[in-house]
Amino acid sequence: MQIKPILSALRRHKAGTFLIAAQIALTLAIVCNALFIIQQRVAHLSEPTGIDEPNIFVIKSEWVGAPAPDQADAQMRADLQALRQLPGVQDATPSNSYPLRGDGWDDAVRLKPDQAQDSSGSTIYFADEHFIDTLGLKLIAGRNFRAEEVGHMDMRYKLAPPLVMITKALAERLFPGDTAVGKTIYLIGGPATVVGVVEMLQAQSVEHWASDFAYRAVIIPERLNVSLGTFYIVRARPGQLDAAMQAAAKALFAQNPRRVINDDDGVLSFSEVRSRAYERDRGMAILMGVICVVLLAITAAGIVGLTSFWVGQRRKQIGVRRALGATQLDVLRYFMTENLLISCGGVLMGAVLAIAINLWMVTRFEMHRLSLMYLIVGVVLLLLLGQGAVLAPALRASRVPPVEATRSV
Amino acid sequence: MFGYYLDLALHSLGRNKILTALMVLAIAVGIGASMTTLTVVHLLSGDPLPGRSQAIFYPQVDADPKNKDSSEPLDMLDYRSALDLWSAKRADRQVMLVQSTVRLNTDDAGKPAVMMPMLSATADFFSMFNVPFRYGGPWSEQDDAARARVVVITDDLNQKLFAGENSVGRVLRLRSSDVRIVGVLKPWRPSPQFYAIRGGRFAAGDTSDFYAKPEDVITPFFTGLDVNDGNFQQFTCWQMPAHPGHLQDSPCVWVALWVQINDATHVAAYRRFVADYAAQQQAIGRFTHSGNTRMRSLMGWLDFNGVLPSNVRLQAWLAVAFLAICLVNMVGLLLAKFLRRSGEIGLRRALGASRAAVFAQYMVESGLIGLIGGVCGWLLTMAGLWFIRQQPVAYADLARLDVPMFLLTFVAAIGASLLAGALPAVRACRVVPAWQLKSL
Repeated sequence: MQIKPILSALRRHKAGTFLIAAQIALTLAIVCNALFIIQQRVAHLSEPTGIDEPNIFVIKSEWVGAPAPDQADAQMRADLQALRQLPGVQDATPSNSYPLRGDGWDDAVRLKPDQAQDSSGSTIYFADEHFIDTLGLKLIAGRNFRAEEVGHMDMRYKLAPPLVMITKALAERLFPGDTAVGKTIYLIGGPATVVGVVEMLQAQSVEHWASDFAYRAVIIPERLNVSLGTFYIVRARPGQLDAAMQAAAKALFAQNPRRVINDDDGVLSFSEVRSRAYERDRGMAILMGVICVVLLAITAAGIVGLTSFWVGQRRKQIGVRRALGATQLDVLRYFMTENLLISCGGVLMGAVLAIAINLWMVTRFEMHRLSLMYLIVGVVLLLLLGQGAVLAPALRASRVPPVEATRSV
Repeated sequence: MFGYYLDLALHSLGRNKILTALMVLAIAVGIGASMTTLTVVHLLSGDPLPGRSQAIFYPQVDADPKNKDSSEPLDMLDYRSALDLWSAKRADRQVMLVQSTVRLNTDDAGKPAVMMPMLSATADFFSMFNVPFRYGGPWSEQDDAARARVVVITDDLNQKLFAGENSVGRVLRLRSSDVRIVGVLKPWRPSPQFYAIRGGRFAAGDTSDFYAKPEDVITPFFTGLDVNDGNFQQFTCWQMPAHPGHLQDSPCVWVALWVQINDATHVAAYRRFVADYAAQQQAIGRFTHSGNTRMRSLMGWLDFNGVLPSNVRLQAWLAVAFLAICLVNMVGLLLAKFLRRSGEIGLRRALGASRAAVFAQYMVESGLIGLIGGVCGWLLTMAGLWFIRQQPVAYADLARLDVPMFLLTFVAAIGASLLAGALPAVRACRVVPAWQLKSL
């Protein structure tokens, strides 16, 4: 294929050539960055919590009349007993929070009592000896809490449990290359011995500000008695989630009707918790996806439009070429190659622009650097799009009969 | 002449319907996307108190012993500082306020109790922030001092509980206290919820919660502290509070103070008053430093907190880039369309039409495409705003097209298409008549 005649033809259509190239460049720049944003949001969406999500649900039980801590604790123990006796329930545990809840208790962990800089931030989960079985956590070192070690505390006391379990991510942060079991860590109220390490448990917030300690958590062997209420995390037997969710709320009201369990968010299956936590990320990803598709469609339409015009303009030349012996394939190839050349120029400009936009977004929107993979995918996508869009007008051009050359000369 | 050009344009648009549809679509989609996002930006970045905002200030002193003169003061005040500055009454109006979550019990035995956000503020709140009343009115300063068990509710709550009737004099049960309704607000939806803004610098751009609705229940400040004692949340503490939820003597910041200073010449005096107060507190040993007091104006405080969510800004930039691509696309299509009619142009020129006349003719055609695109773009904008109203964000209910943005939709659509049409029209009017006539 001769490229030179194509180039010299393009030189006579500077404006059109430039417009197609510019459109491809802009589209590439936007689509690359949009795809990249989608990927970041989706990756965020699919971060694991480390718990047995399909079978878990969460109950938020609010007390009526601000019970004293001891009173609340007795009620919590009675509630848990009622929940664990239900046929569809495998296990249940009290907690102050759970992964993806959004807010809760985050605190500093130190290795020495008088350390100026915190060793790590951490989510604080209050739990009893059923916690790891209920959530389906994997204990990778040490042991679980024993029933007699589980106490209760209220907000007046400082956080100073004698022993705790921590997550593997926190253990690796505090004791890199060493075993954590048996070591002492300092919480805000005092020292605690690590008795067990669990494989994975996500923090309660997936927001940007909590990303520093996303998988670092300390599990405290205390029932936290708050005058407002508590959460119960319940694990249903496989396949019995819906039944267990209904039975659980009924069982709690039967145990003691003086409580509030909200209709809309009082009992939530974990899949609902997950979708609530990531609602905004998902919305943004969908929006970006729609924008990409519409942009690509508009670019393709533009290429079809301009190429059709060129074909119409050059009918006579095409006729002459055909009359001089060019095959239909030659004509088809001519327009395909022409588009490829313009597209190559466009994606070259577009790649530079995409990187520039990304760098600007890094400074203004806390984005990560664009990975080269996205640029390559975008370039291939746009080259294919260009070839696809030009196909219809090029086919029409190839069907121009040689006799066209003789008309109205 | 304009009528004739319009006629020609309509004719020409009808001739190649697919190309016309493509161009209209490009303009409509570009305008729809950018007007949707720009409307959101416009609604979220306006002045929540037009005409008043320049007289409203947010004084800050810093009681945190871990901070220094070089650090930003904490975003809220400790109880003591807030109370001292408020009681001095040195400004034209001053409001102390705090938010908490309270349990609202209804008389109805059938309805369960609900937890709802409550605002507790001193009496100036309503006059200072131009809060409109439907029934009754605000409480008095004496009610503040007497910790009167009174409450003002929003129109929303009044609709929900009393079907919109005049409920002044009725009683609500907040936790275990009975409070008497003295006022019902008209619908009031400041954007953002400016009086409650703080901590924006820690939010990493995720600030959509600043656009939440005002609290449904508004009590006098001290009444709120009594009624909901034990349920107050700190903004932050530098030590564990002795009684979490009861923060009056705690090492915590949790109260906001707003002042209104009508006379601009008095602003400097109030600034000095705040600085002097901090210096005096340092002298008696309550503060460790006093050099970092601040007093930002309302709009300055909104700016400092970066209220516009970064997702919204990102979407606006994307939409504008989108419009740019649509325009480039349209330039190409118009170029194709106009130059295809070179023969016709040559004929008109040969018959005596000036270049200006040819230019005008094609600009009228571009403008017509813009107008049709604008109508479609307006429909798409309405669809886009409907989509935003379905989103789980605090500002969802605000997303409606107002008159200026409605007009801007059409101005932008026609302006954009004229801009896109300019280059093709210039090329069209440069057509050399003789060449074209020869090839006819």
